Amino acid sequence: MENRIRVLIAKPGLDGHDKGAKIVALALRDAGFEVIYSGLHQTLEQIIAAATQEAVDVIGLSIMSGAHLPICRKLLSMMMEKNLADIRLVVGGVIPFQDIPALKQMGVSAIFPGGTSFEDINTGMKALFDPER
Amino acid sequence: MGVAKYIKDERGQIKEVTYQSGIRIKPSYGPEDLEQAGFSYEKDLGAPGEYPFTRSLHPQSYRSRAWTTRQYTGFGTPEETNERFKLMIANGQNGLNVAFDLPTQMGYDSDHPLAQGEVGRVGMAIDSLKDFETAFAGIPLDRIGSGLTINAVATIMMAMYQAVAEKFGYAKDQISTTPQNDILKEMIGRGAWIYPVEHGVRLVGDSIEYAVKELPKSNPVSICGYHIRESGATPAQEIAYAFEIARAYIDNVTARGIEPKDFVGRFSFNFNVYGNMWEQIAKFRAARKLWAKMLKTEYGVTDKKKLFLRGLFGGGGSGLTKEQPENNIMRGAYYALGAALSGAQTTALCSFDEAYTIPTPRSALLSLRTLELLMDEVGMRDTVDPLAGSYFVETLTLEMEEKILEEMKEVQSLGGMVKCIGSGLIQRKVSKQAYEFEKGLQAGVYKKVGQSSALTDKISESDPDHKPETKSGQTNVELHAYNEEWAEKSKANLKEVRATRNNREVSDSLSALEKAAKGSDNVMPHLVKCCHAYATVGEMAGVFREIFGEWNEPDFY
Repeated sequence: MENRIRVLIAKPGLDGHDKGAKIVALALRDAGFEVIYSGLHQTLEQIIAAATQEAVDVIGLSIMSGAHLPICRKLLSMMMEKNLADIRLVVGGVIPFQDIPALKQMGVSAIFPGGTSFEDINTGMKALFDPER
Repeated sequence: MGVAKYIKDERGQIKEVTYQSGIRIKPSYGPEDLEQAGFSYEKDLGAPGEYPFTRSLHPQSYRSRAWTTRQYTGFGTPEETNERFKLMIANGQNGLNVAFDLPTQMGYDSDHPLAQGEVGRVGMAIDSLKDFETAFAGIPLDRIGSGLTINAVATIMMAMYQAVAEKFGYAKDQISTTPQNDILKEMIGRGAWIYPVEHGVRLVGDSIEYAVKELPKSNPVSICGYHIRESGATPAQEIAYAFEIARAYIDNVTARGIEPKDFVGRFSFNFNVYGNMWEQIAKFRAARKLWAKMLKTEYGVTDKKKLFLRGLFGGGGSGLTKEQPENNIMRGAYYALGAALSGAQTTALCSFDEAYTIPTPRSALLSLRTLELLMDEVGMRDTVDPLAGSYFVETLTLEMEEKILEEMKEVQSLGGMVKCIGSGLIQRKVSKQAYEFEKGLQAGVYKKVGQSSALTDKISESDPDHKPETKSGQTNVELHAYNEEWAEKSKANLKEVRATRNNREVSDSLSALEKAAKGSDNVMPHLVKCCHAYATVGEMAGVFREIFGEWNEPDFY
């Protein structure tokens, strides 16, 4: 039996618009992922703690506030510090197209801007763990 | 969310139409439908301006007064917000609708670590009375009313609004403010909650009680079906949940020995307008009637004006698409048409670029002009409730009324709204619906024009200006830029306030606030004193955080 991919869907910061995070969590669960949802208003420290405790394979951030660049940069450096570099970071939400290269360059594994279909998210997430890749 | 479900045959003919609230629509309607539904003019409609107000709150409706427009405004520093306020007023807007940044909404000062990167981003940053003095400078607060989009710390902002008015020489009985102040809906959608449910409701109760006694022209709570709908509720649930939330606040205040007739007239509502237009029109007509009926029969309110379902019917955010954002200009115009045909008293329209950014001055003005067009050119002021008597609209209004009542009864049977939200039941239900709708949209069961359709791609490819990013949902929207300097400026102001205020007065007023919060005294008079002393939002909200703690969100699945 194949181990299911464990995903932490997390809402960093003060923004409370959680519909996107919740429906993606439901979609991933239906697609066979093991999904943990952080709840709102999480600090990056709390997200790291939850990811460690739940031994997740992926952290998926939902960011609507426009602060995706600094948040991802900081979280990635915290993950390095805590030796969590094998956890993949993906991000969704209101992400302008022009910011995608910068996110990829800093080490975000996949970016799913608002409007990405569930199928594309599902395929994109599974591809992260494809040994052929 | 929003559009109806259409089932077509192989020739593309529509075989079945089902609205979001679960109502099946017939190909045509006639007198037999009204008869079957038991429609009666006297009971179900009444004259415009008469109980149960299905047709209109006022006998002459838009003839006596066009709708009030309140575009949502506020960003960056109080200086910039003040400029935008003045621009909107100079362009004919007659009420303000104020946006606050997230740190302010969550009760943190601009220099708090959690505020980093958020100061002034989605609204204006307010730390102390000094910022309100700047934001409202030169605004005639006795003539212009202000909606304050603030919830968890609404008591603080209401107190600060009174304090700034007093500072400018207005008496508290001259000013009119409508803080959103609907904490229960924040817990269903939008998410700007801080304190546990029961403390959140107590603060709402305090502000209502205070307004009844001290702020005769202010409306202490604006219940938002709007965000509940944005979170995935159907139009019928939007109204039903809002009314059940209203019931929770009414119960809190009546438990203090105040009679419903003394405060329910001050409630206002905020409802959404996107989706199928007929469903929206029926929703609003049914809602006016149900609210009046509920207050009259269940709470013994008889004074006509206190039975009015007053509020803002507008917005439409979730209906807008990121793809082909210019389409949102037309979409918004049709939403506004639906609002006008529903007799909306106050309105606002999301701007076409809101899927990307805070509206630019250009897009905000386009929305305002759209609303003016309907009133001044299209003919919406000509006659009251022009759809009255339509076989279809009246049948649908009655069916909508039934659906709303069913949803209300369900909440009541489960122990009421406070309980349903505390356990996460409502949140789970609407999230699930949002998910199902999104799945349907992606599978083509629901259709939105310009969104992930084969046609879109074809047009994009043949468009000489087409850029590859168009397909991934991006386009040439002029972005409202975030300015890092706002945070620096706010922090500098905050530092100066802390250095120049009378700190003794601050700590005394905060201690008095703490005492009131711990006991059962109304916190409002203490908050007004704190504001006058230049206590910061973070300090006041911090007192509540200390005493009430923070809410633990229930699991959502």
